[in-house]
Amino acid sequence: MRKEKLYLRYLLTLISIVILFLIIWWADGHLDNYYKRVLTVSGIYIILGVSLNLINGITGIFSLGHAGFMGLGAYTAALLTMSVAQKQMTFFIEPLISPLDKISIPFLPALLIGGVVAAFFGLLIGIPTLRLGGDYLAIATLGFGEIIVVVFNNTINITNGALGLKGLSPYTNLWWTYGWAVFTVFFITRLVNSSYGRALKAIRENEVAAQAMGVNIFYHKVLAFIVGAFFAGIGGGLLAHLLTTINPVAFNFFLTFNILIVIVIGGLGSITGSVIAGFFFPILLEWLRFIEAPMDVFGIHIPGIPGMRMVVFSLLLLIVMIFYQRGLMGRSEFSWDFIIKRFVKD
Amino acid sequence: MSWESFFQNLSNGISLGGLYALIAIGYSMVYGILRLINFAHGDIFMLGAYIAFYGMLIFSLPWWLSLIVSIILTAFIGILIDKGAYKPLRNAPRISALITAIGVSFFLENLGLVVFGGRPKGFYRPHIFDEIITIKGVRILSLTFYSLVITAIFLVLLFYIVYRTKTGLGMRAVSTDMETARLMGIDVDKIISITFAIGSGLAAVGGVLWAMKYPQINPLMGIFPGLKAFIAAVLGGIGSVGGALLGGFILGIAEIMLVAFMPQLSGYRDAFAFLILILILLVKPTGLLGVEVKEKA
Amino acid sequence: MPFFKADHLVMRFGGLVAVNDFNLELQPGDLVGLIGPNGAGKTTVFNMITGVYRPTSGRIYFQDKDITGKRPDIITALGIARTFQNIRLFTDLSLIENVMVSYHVRLKSNIFEAVFKLPRYMRQENAMYEEAMELLHKVELDHLAEEKAGSLPYGEQRRLEIARALATHPKLLLLDEPAAGMNPNETLQLMDFIKQIRDEFDLTILLIEHDMKVVMGICERIWVLDYGKTIAVGTPSEIQNNPEVIKAYLGEEEYA
Repeated sequence: MRKEKLYLRYLLTLISIVILFLIIWWADGHLDNYYKRVLTVSGIYIILGVSLNLINGITGIFSLGHAGFMGLGAYTAALLTMSVAQKQMTFFIEPLISPLDKISIPFLPALLIGGVVAAFFGLLIGIPTLRLGGDYLAIATLGFGEIIVVVFNNTINITNGALGLKGLSPYTNLWWTYGWAVFTVFFITRLVNSSYGRALKAIRENEVAAQAMGVNIFYHKVLAFIVGAFFAGIGGGLLAHLLTTINPVAFNFFLTFNILIVIVIGGLGSITGSVIAGFFFPILLEWLRFIEAPMDVFGIHIPGIPGMRMVVFSLLLLIVMIFYQRGLMGRSEFSWDFIIKRFVKD
Repeated sequence: MSWESFFQNLSNGISLGGLYALIAIGYSMVYGILRLINFAHGDIFMLGAYIAFYGMLIFSLPWWLSLIVSIILTAFIGILIDKGAYKPLRNAPRISALITAIGVSFFLENLGLVVFGGRPKGFYRPHIFDEIITIKGVRILSLTFYSLVITAIFLVLLFYIVYRTKTGLGMRAVSTDMETARLMGIDVDKIISITFAIGSGLAAVGGVLWAMKYPQINPLMGIFPGLKAFIAAVLGGIGSVGGALLGGFILGIAEIMLVAFMPQLSGYRDAFAFLILILILLVKPTGLLGVEVKEKA
Repeated sequence: MPFFKADHLVMRFGGLVAVNDFNLELQPGDLVGLIGPNGAGKTTVFNMITGVYRPTSGRIYFQDKDITGKRPDIITALGIARTFQNIRLFTDLSLIENVMVSYHVRLKSNIFEAVFKLPRYMRQENAMYEEAMELLHKVELDHLAEEKAGSLPYGEQRRLEIARALATHPKLLLLDEPAAGMNPNETLQLMDFIKQIRDEFDLTILLIEHDMKVVMGICERIWVLDYGKTIAVGTPSEIQNNPEVIKAYLGEEEYA
């Protein structure tokens, strides 16, 4: 049961990835910038959703600090890729501290360092807070997220304060984003299905029993937290080089809330769900712009209502939570076995 | 620092602490009964301010009548939120209820942005609150003084209800053990509604006083006072009304004093409360006045 | 030094003395029962031994080591496993996953070896799987390996819990009311099963049980607790005729 058709599954996965990149190749050449941008944001949301789901859905610890980790990744990567001249132009209030003012490195190492910095802070934050129970952890991580924003605002000689960083090179494209999205999904799926993943799920299911079976609860929670933070940092770095401008407020709680919507609607604990919801969330957000535009209904003119989209999304989240807690996927995952069974009758 | 400016800061701290306490009590009471962090509580605080604002602006009500109307309406909204969003999830996993609470909060904030507009609105400060009182060289705004008086009146009223009435007894019983209270014939649903009503009403008082203090309002004004009041509730020992009061005053005074004594850290004022939170949770998770609840293994 | 020794254990919760001066010595291969009326402090003794509670005073020694107050997962790694009175399975995981969780503590591969399925990890993972299947076979649940644990009927959940505990490779196994909720037929099977695993895995077993047929039927020695105090120690026949024990149980019945 476990081993049969293993190679078939690998083959199918490989084929799908090739198809995915063919689609990206096509999209990159044929779509206009607006659509490409939306699709890129979709890819970033997949990374963010899957990584938050590892923490909240798989391990069952309720973190609200994802935007903070993204911010750390975004600022780190941005400060590393910006050219020296651009830095001098941006930091006109207080000069950037040495040696950051002299450094300018390529995108990939900058992203990776951003991820590592986020992961390091994950460790730093995780050690005191992950000993706390569920609700307190939520508030403590929320607090961390807000503190990060305050720190970004105040450390002017590193972050340029409230003005933020401008003129980043627009490195992020479909290739980078979906390359990372595939890697994130691969890494976290493999992790979840490994012995480590079983330990994480055991913690979610019953902490007392997991510990009694020899699982070091604290170590594994911190582990999940660090891995989640790393990918959040990567996502933040990608987002920064898509927007080319970042400021502290961009990484406040509202961003975490968007990712929370993604994982709840996709199904807490389902990576497949997070991928689907993560992909469609930004698209839906763009599509819903029409409800913010002025319109005529049965001859009555309704003026445009900016902000209406988020009202709709928060309502959607409430409806899912109250009436359909499983979300799209519950805790189920997509699997080739399911497909194979449908097409191949033994 | 001179004697006068110390007392000036102290009075500011006490009045800010009183406002935190008013909000913190609502958090604490709801948590005590439902073990739910009512994230939307800060937004009820915001709604309280807006209702009073429109009461004075559109209906030209005097400030005290606006305040009363605001209390009544927010109490009603509080009950509505519980019945609509939280009650269906009473037996669901805690994480679901928590996400729903965040959802309600986000909904109210975004609805506020759509309905009230994102731009801050100036809040009318009645003349009696706009005078400068000088006591032995300490100059304070009359609002600072009156805000404390109003806070005190409502707190006395609250303590009377909680500790001297049958309803209060019911609230304490439900908070101790909901199932037993139900078996003893207490109408638990009614008690929960009353708790939400009282908590929301107090938040409205806090919202109106806050709005007069600054004096402007915006749809996101509830986020930080809400979070800090929650921290105050944890600091004092969540579930305990007296603890919320104590935590509120400590946090308010500490925050003002931090800025007064170390102005170079004033930018970090909002981060300071969270630092206190993390410290208290590490050192004494039950808060100052809380009691430890042992979970059965 | 004996194989296992609980030395003057006391557990207080606030003013309540849950366990008072509990002493127990076990030799390898013992099968010992711990009985007493409800609230006598039996599960509290288990919770102290497995590290869930830190005793207020007293020491616990296991294989020449002082394990008092160590973390539960460390105690498990040292060779003490348990089941729970109110079954605590990982309900949303499959049976095989439930058992495999117990091997995780002995996994030597790091997270990257696991994610990239490097050879060393795969060898361990496959070995885990084989061994877990074997254990499931022993408790006659192997045909349900891919089902979710939460979907099992009560009696089978208890068997799965024992399999899961065995997977940690214990030397001392603590069973908290293993026969609870079982019908007489299942109980008989369970008694045979307990003796069988003791011999097969070289186990020492300490069990809490209300069903006197089980305790008297398989335990070689019995400890009786009442209100936190040990009121009697002896062989089944000694215990059955002990007036203190009869009083404790009859006393309870008067109020029941």
